[in-house]
Amino acid sequence: MNDFVIQTNGLTKFYGKKCAVDQVSLTVPRGGVYALMGRNGSGKTTTIRMLLGLVTPTRGTASVLGCSSLDLTPAVRSRIGYLSESHYVYRWMKIADCAKFQQGTFFRWNQTIFDAIVDHFGLDRSTKAGALSRGERAGLCLAMTLGTEPDLLILDDPALGLDPVARRSLVEAMLAVTSHSERTILFSSHLLDDVERVADHVGIIDRGVLRVQASADDFRERICQWRLTFETPPDALPAVTGVVHTEYLDNEIRLTIANSSDETEAALRALNPKRMEKTGVGLERAVIDYLTTRGSSGSLL
Amino acid sequence: MALDLTIATGSSTPIYRQVVDQVRRAVVRRELKVGDQLPSVRVMAERLLVNHNTIAKAYGELVRDGDIESRHGKGVFVAQKRSIYTRAERSRRLDDALETFLGEAIALGIDTDEILQSVTKKLSNFTSQSGRGQA
Repeated sequence: MNDFVIQTNGLTKFYGKKCAVDQVSLTVPRGGVYALMGRNGSGKTTTIRMLLGLVTPTRGTASVLGCSSLDLTPAVRSRIGYLSESHYVYRWMKIADCAKFQQGTFFRWNQTIFDAIVDHFGLDRSTKAGALSRGERAGLCLAMTLGTEPDLLILDDPALGLDPVARRSLVEAMLAVTSHSERTILFSSHLLDDVERVADHVGIIDRGVLRVQASADDFRERICQWRLTFETPPDALPAVTGVVHTEYLDNEIRLTIANSSDETEAALRALNPKRMEKTGVGLERAVIDYLTTRGSSGSLL
Repeated sequence: MALDLTIATGSSTPIYRQVVDQVRRAVVRRELKVGDQLPSVRVMAERLLVNHNTIAKAYGELVRDGDIESRHGKGVFVAQKRSIYTRAERSRRLDDALETFLGEAIALGIDTDEILQSVTKKLSNFTSQSGRGQA
């Protein structure tokens, strides 16, 4: 049995001359939560849509639950729960009808799970889907998706536009799914706070390129910040391997570095700083540093 | 018993480490006593709204370091702490802690006498609470 529920190899998508996804090799292990982060337009949604066979790759391959994304059978599809960015619903259906609709469409249906989530979001079953607020609609879509008891749950920016209460419910629902060790969640998000709470694995995609793919712990352990204090700071820094981000303060230079080694330390010491100190970096800081720098240095794959 | 942990995201301290630190602190402050039961991994994860693997990792470290023990089928309990570090390691760790503490105190402009006094006072609080008195 394959240990990866999602595996892509050199996945690439061009729209005209624009490369939206550039040779992404994503590996999502079975069980746990994988968070895919990146700025708007960085290629997250296109990647997800290629996984589901909704967009045909220009090059490269993708397989989901051991089946090529280009020929996913209905049986395999029914094991994937997909919540798209826009939370589509049939506006004329009442919430209770949505449950019946899913029940008739999917191989598996668990009404208890559906009911629990609908209640969690405080929805009235006689309301029409079209009359729901954004957060309520997200709750309904989540209930419809989780009710199918998917082995793999793919959530494309599920927290978009949710108020804090709905967001909390979403995180609770995600955590409940992963209490089953065989279930896997892949979700994309901008909310680093949520990512820190729920993710076992993180991926960072920037302008179509996957720059980080690691376990959440590994990611944090391999990124650090060196703070160098100078009498008079140098005008330019020599190239140091693994530098993700450089921040210039008055007499201080802060470098966020991936895989800092003894060589890194020696290279920094050669700058002759008055003081140098190594500190840990929070997940949020690390992600932001990755997303605000150009270039490909400090790749963590 | 009031084990009231709070975690902060966005910190440079990972969540599992925050849990470890807070459980240890609760034991030192006698908010948790030897033999007290801790919430299960699942319950703690739900309460703090974090991935259960994070709590499992924190508990794993606490078990490894002898702060808590896992009794098969019953749950996780505060253990009678054994000293698991070598003398050199203990002295290194103490040195680290002192470094942080003194750095902060001196930066605040507190003089030597005041530092010594507050250490003595704090220490007597701790030892009278824990009844260990092995200062």
